[in-house]
Amino acid sequence: MMSGPAPEFKNPVVRWIDVRLPVFSYLHHEYRAFPVPKNLNYFWSFGGMATMCLIVMIVTGIVLSMQYTPHVDYAFDSVERIMRDVNYGWLLRYIHMNGASMFFIVVYIHIFRGLYYGSYKAPREILWILGVVILLLMMGTAFMGYVLPWGQMSFWGATVITNLFSALPIVGDPIVTLLWGGFSVDNPTLNRFFSLHYLLPFVIFGVVILHIIAMHIAGSNNPKGIDPKGPQDTVMFYPYMTAKDTIALVAFILFWAFFVFYAPNYMGHPDNYIPAEPLVTPAHIVPEWYFLPYYAILRAFTPDFPLYWPMAWIGIDAKLAGVLGMFGSLILVALLPWLDTSKVKSCKYRPVYKWFMLLFVADVIVLGYCGGKPAEGWYVALSQVATFWYFFHLLVLTPVIGWFERPKPLPASISEPVMAAK
Amino acid sequence: MRKSVFALAAALMMGATGAQAAGDKIVPAEQEWSWTGYFGKFDKASAQRGLQVYQEVCSTCHGLKRVAYRNLMDLGYTEDQVKAFAAEYEVMDGPDDEGEMFFRAAIPADKFVSPFANDNAARASNGGALPPDLSLIVKARATGYGSIPLNFAKWMQGNGTASGADYIYALLTGYEEDDETANAWLKERWDHAEETGHLTKHQLEEGFKEHVTAEGKYFNRYFPGHNIGMAPPIDDDYVEYEDGTEATKEQIARDIATFLAWASEPELEQRKEMGWKVILFLVFLLGLTIAAKRRLWKNVKK
Amino acid sequence: MADVSQPANGEEPNRRDFLNIAVGATGAVGGAFFAWPLIDSMNPAADTLALASTEVDLSAVEEGQSIVVKWRGKPVFIRHRTAEEIEAAQAVNLDDLVDPQTDGDRVQKDEWLIMVGVCTHLGCIPLGNKDGEPKGDFGGWFCPCHGSHYDTSGRIRKGPAPKNLGVPEYAFIDESVVKIG
Repeated sequence: MMSGPAPEFKNPVVRWIDVRLPVFSYLHHEYRAFPVPKNLNYFWSFGGMATMCLIVMIVTGIVLSMQYTPHVDYAFDSVERIMRDVNYGWLLRYIHMNGASMFFIVVYIHIFRGLYYGSYKAPREILWILGVVILLLMMGTAFMGYVLPWGQMSFWGATVITNLFSALPIVGDPIVTLLWGGFSVDNPTLNRFFSLHYLLPFVIFGVVILHIIAMHIAGSNNPKGIDPKGPQDTVMFYPYMTAKDTIALVAFILFWAFFVFYAPNYMGHPDNYIPAEPLVTPAHIVPEWYFLPYYAILRAFTPDFPLYWPMAWIGIDAKLAGVLGMFGSLILVALLPWLDTSKVKSCKYRPVYKWFMLLFVADVIVLGYCGGKPAEGWYVALSQVATFWYFFHLLVLTPVIGWFERPKPLPASISEPVMAAK
Repeated sequence: MRKSVFALAAALMMGATGAQAAGDKIVPAEQEWSWTGYFGKFDKASAQRGLQVYQEVCSTCHGLKRVAYRNLMDLGYTEDQVKAFAAEYEVMDGPDDEGEMFFRAAIPADKFVSPFANDNAARASNGGALPPDLSLIVKARATGYGSIPLNFAKWMQGNGTASGADYIYALLTGYEEDDETANAWLKERWDHAEETGHLTKHQLEEGFKEHVTAEGKYFNRYFPGHNIGMAPPIDDDYVEYEDGTEATKEQIARDIATFLAWASEPELEQRKEMGWKVILFLVFLLGLTIAAKRRLWKNVKK
Repeated sequence: MADVSQPANGEEPNRRDFLNIAVGATGAVGGAFFAWPLIDSMNPAADTLALASTEVDLSAVEEGQSIVVKWRGKPVFIRHRTAEEIEAAQAVNLDDLVDPQTDGDRVQKDEWLIMVGVCTHLGCIPLGNKDGEPKGDFGGWFCPCHGSHYDTSGRIRKGPAPKNLGVPEYAFIDESVVKIG
């Protein structure tokens, strides 16, 4: 983008290195003299917050892994030893444990910002898809991390989720056996989940770097959804945006600290303080809150659900339909750049879609609520209505509204007020 | 519009309490505990009495295997007291030079000795029911987490897992002598639910069903399904407190719940103490960052 | 930079192409051979497989009682069925079943029902083996996770589970000893 001329480094050591390996020039162009739209609001700080989450999770995770034992006989005890005997072990574990929830809160808001301000539209499609890839990797990592303490919810969550793969025709059962490394969730499963839980964050880190590179090609979107027309529309990333992002980061750490110190188990489940017992099922298995909307979609596909009927017609059973629906719900999000036919990015200038957009967010919250409730009575009906709306919104409303909606007039530039204003 | 929102909210709340009235899970009454809130600390005297109750009553069936004797110093005991306390127990050690396992007196570094060698031995001695280890019982029985909206306000007040202690207290004081008093209590709840319209159509059709306590079980108001394998463990003056506190049933239940809350979360005091310092520091830092940003952005035209 | 990929000395290009393709193809086959040990190492190991079968003595199980044995890390329900239970299981009309199977297809001896006690929905363990546990609307088993009801033959009758409880391979070694797996 429009970065300034190559910097002259005063420090001779820096200069010497930079000629041979231009890391300092790179950092200068991408993080100092990098122009960003000056009208970014605090929603644009959530990317930086998510990056910080990832770093904190990796750092605390590495330290915790030095005390943790990935074996079915010792895993629970080693976690309790961290809580009781290791110096500041409780602090590190509570940061890590709540960090997973914090990471998802931040990323979900980050995604909401992208949806509302149309950040997924050309030329940022790959940026958006990389974001969905990061979300999927995060989900895998979080799921496997939740198994490690080897409590009742760890074990039964792992059992329920790995069993989803058995829905696949023919290859289903061999795949599940391969995932388990045995005939049920057991020690080999715990071991490989630990290995992957350690690996995946670094994969996420790699994709995050790609995500940032892609973002720096087109530059940040902004609340008006129009491109900056010149220097009058932008400020330098450093120090302007970094000063703003720092406020958001500190406020976020404050939020996180509140949970760590005063409600550390609020987002967990009490049953996970009972060691895993393969012969006793908890009365009500619920996944972590950040999986609840997908869990509701998974369970919505029952024989009496109209969305399932065409799938039943081609011979897909309800269980597989639920799995397909769940993964499909995420794949459709990745395809959003092509599902949304409107040329206008920001919902600020989309009087109709704006409300459907917010309704969609409400719909996902309803799905999350249903996912946390037992699959009985009117919760099933509600989750089916919400699941239907989820797909209807993405597959029908989004393209159709794009065609028919008359957007409000866009401002000429970021600095100028709307031309058509009276 | 407004009306329908209220109707929906009412329906949601009825759904919540209606399920409760249906019988399985009865939410225990909230107790006042010293360790809730942002500056809460354990009532040491109560926890010490709780230790006495654990030792004299609970420990015949329930283990406390994640707590070490040395941890008792947190409750205000001296090292010598802890040594003497530990020495009353025997732990298996070895093998010795002959290759044999042997028993020795426990030392402060040892964990609390469990009453049974393993779960199967525990089941065999207790009519098939497993008396759970109590090290984490308060955390494991806390209600209201796992469901984000439920008890949100309680958690925000720093109540944490206190609902687990409420449950212990309610369970220990929630026995009914026989099926007659049990059914009287159940009927009262049923009538109340019926009056307030909290029963489902299905429940009304089926009508009130008399509860019959299973063979070898006891009726407890708060145990899921009401059939508990544990005989009423405490009663008035069941223990004689060393500090002279009057040992009513309620007092004993309070003390053991306090002790077990400490056993579940021994880091709680340190955590809350560190918490307000960290939060004050962060608030200060937040103020600085806001001031710095304002100054910097003053010259940027909107 | 000089382009070194072109033959410098006028060597016949065809043979070169063939060799390049051969190197690539053979390398790919080698890579595939190497990939298999990596993947297969994640499959059940020999010690896991060694526990793949188990023998159970049934002489102590009285009529109307159930026992649970562990097999391949999963619970196996063995129920000594009463005459009423057998009758109820045999009297079911196959059209009423989600996953139609006669009771005769599911047992070798009428009084012994042996099956894997893992709900076919999402792998929870159904209740109903002990006195006082819910047995569901059909007198058999009830899965507490998502509310599946199984009958006295372990067939799914109500709820989200798609299939009947699985019947493992087993054989009666003598009157009262059964080998599972």
